[in-house]
Amino acid sequence: MEFTLFILFIPLFLFILLGLAGNKMKPLTAGLVGTLGIAIATILSYAAAFLYFFRIGKTNGIFEDMMPFSVEWLRFTDMLHIDLGILLDPISVMMLVVITTVSLMVHIYSLGYMKGEKGFQRYYSFLSLFSFSMLGLVVATNIFQMYIFWELVGVSSYLLIGFYYTKPEAVAASKKAFIVTRFADLGFLIGILILSFYTGTFDFGMLTADNASLVVQSTAGLSFMGLSVASWAMALIFMGGAGKSAMFPLHIWLPDAMEGPTPVSALIHAATMVVAGIYLVARLFPVYMFGAPEVLTMIGYIGAFTALFAAVIAVTQTDIKRVLAFSTISQIAYMMVALGVSGFGGHDGLGYMASMFHLFTHAFFKALLFLGAGSVIHAVHSNEMINMGGLRKYMPITHITFLIACLSIAGIPPFSGFFSKDEILAAAFHHDKILFVTLWIVAGLTAFYMFRLYFNIFWGKEKTYEHPPHESPKSMSLPLLFLALLTCVTGFIPFSTFISSDNVPFTAHIDWRIAASGIAVALIGIFAASSLYMKGNIKTVKRLAERMGGFYKAALHKFYIDEVWMFITRKVIFRYISKPIAWFDKHVVDGAMNGIGWITQQLSLSIKGFQSGNVQFYAWVFIAGTLIITLWVLFL
Amino acid sequence: MIPMEHYLILSSIMFFTGIYGFITRKNMLAVLISIELILNSVEINFSVFNRYLYPEGMEGMIFSLFGIAISAAETAVAIAIIINIYRNMQDISVRQINKMKH
Repeated sequence: MEFTLFILFIPLFLFILLGLAGNKMKPLTAGLVGTLGIAIATILSYAAAFLYFFRIGKTNGIFEDMMPFSVEWLRFTDMLHIDLGILLDPISVMMLVVITTVSLMVHIYSLGYMKGEKGFQRYYSFLSLFSFSMLGLVVATNIFQMYIFWELVGVSSYLLIGFYYTKPEAVAASKKAFIVTRFADLGFLIGILILSFYTGTFDFGMLTADNASLVVQSTAGLSFMGLSVASWAMALIFMGGAGKSAMFPLHIWLPDAMEGPTPVSALIHAATMVVAGIYLVARLFPVYMFGAPEVLTMIGYIGAFTALFAAVIAVTQTDIKRVLAFSTISQIAYMMVALGVSGFGGHDGLGYMASMFHLFTHAFFKALLFLGAGSVIHAVHSNEMINMGGLRKYMPITHITFLIACLSIAGIPPFSGFFSKDEILAAAFHHDKILFVTLWIVAGLTAFYMFRLYFNIFWGKEKTYEHPPHESPKSMSLPLLFLALLTCVTGFIPFSTFISSDNVPFTAHIDWRIAASGIAVALIGIFAASSLYMKGNIKTVKRLAERMGGFYKAALHKFYIDEVWMFITRKVIFRYISKPIAWFDKHVVDGAMNGIGWITQQLSLSIKGFQSGNVQFYAWVFIAGTLIITLWVLFL
Repeated sequence: MIPMEHYLILSSIMFFTGIYGFITRKNMLAVLISIELILNSVEINFSVFNRYLYPEGMEGMIFSLFGIAISAAETAVAIAIIINIYRNMQDISVRQINKMKH
């Protein structure tokens, strides 16, 4: 399995190649080189997945961890050392497949979408960096390696969101994404330090071995402010995951990240950055389960709240990419809930499996939604719903594929979203009824806002277009078709036989009572959306919005969370923390440095007088010195 | 025979007169003459030590000759420089020469 190294190194090589030599190539050549490279990585990932799942991964019916490559990098003690390596286990292999597939689709799609853009080569080099960072993150063998790639993901998202660096909104969005996630990463880093301090290891295998006994024992008996040290560490680590996965209240960067090019949004939202948090919790799941069960419960509740909260906002947004952004937050939160309600081992671990399953299916249909939205934007040159309508005649391929994705995310069988969402609902139902009801409502809301989007774009009143919209080129429609195909089939994968919380395959059955309730609420949502938006009945919609009054307005403004954060940072952190520190820095630290400089300068000024260049004066000093020394020697 | 000290006292007076002149004179020609005084006092010392301490050798005398030759060459160069400065500035006072710094 050593060839898995190439999955990582090909994107890295492409990043360096396109970054350094990109401007010497023709744009199309650079794009094709990048696409070809990621295509090879994709094939290698498929090969790795096939070999792992069907040939060599299983011993005695259990999927074993494999480490085809590992080097020791920094050694602190015998146990505590930072390695760099590749860890293959069911979830990392699954993620390899997801990331490379979506990334390949985005690469192909961008050939058409980004055609003629300034910095085309730069764009492809950043895409490669992004793929590399995320691939490195999922195969990390230890938490520190993960942290390294975690930050790399942050950097590459910063570069890509701010791709249109001449646009002030894009620059602001990229900075926001970077700062918010970095703020969360501070918690992550502190969590890592606490965890490694008490357990003495970074290695995932050792942390999760024997039901995380190492963590539990090392921190047993210690507590801080009512929670055990393990709980604190894991809560702080989750903070990093919440930042990347845009959990409330750290979700504010994600809607703004829409300023980046649309294919990038597809990549960030479907396969890479936002699922990193889910992946982190899944990776450390036994530690959460046995070391910090109360944190796991908290994760479930934060997830449920975020899911509902984002879904409500998504209903009110008019920018189509923003609707999708809030939908992503909501769906990612779904996965968090699934992890939060999961048990360990066998059928108890249904939530864990469901979370990974939803991550898997969501990646494809969310990528499809974003790429479809990109195709629409490409055709009408606008992000606003108000400028769209009746596009189904002009763009049949985009229309059909978008519909498939909408049905899938709404949870209508036989599309993939139904299967994964049903598993999550089932897991929540068996664990916590409050969470189940919340998720059930969110499912209805999801169906509603997705079909609101769909009907507004493709049905409704036809607008007068400056240029008649047309179907996108082949490079864009082919990825749409391929992703639509995946959306249709991935639901039928018997996921539980590949991925489970304890790596022992089991069979999950569809609980038809829960599934039926899920379908019912989705149908209600779709029906409501169709009656409101299919004919473009704007008056009713407006009246409904007015009836909702303040609540509608609050939702439209995203419940003013951005403003709250602005208040906290500007009025509290800047004024009471940053300002005194800045004062200290400016006056004490800089003052000391300036003082040393000033003294040196004065000294040199006074010495300068000696160097007049006047030889007579030199001679006088020389002789006077000689005389003094002579007298000294003679009389003392 | 005249005692050695007499010569040495003479050369010391010459030497310090030269030093004094070198430091205090404003006129560059006077400075040059002061340097000649210093050099000549040294040459007297060479000859005297040679004559009184090692009368069989001639090294001190030869050194004096070298000194005279070098001081002649040095004076020639210095006077050339001073003449050039005079042509440019109509002045050979040492204080004025600092204009050449800029």
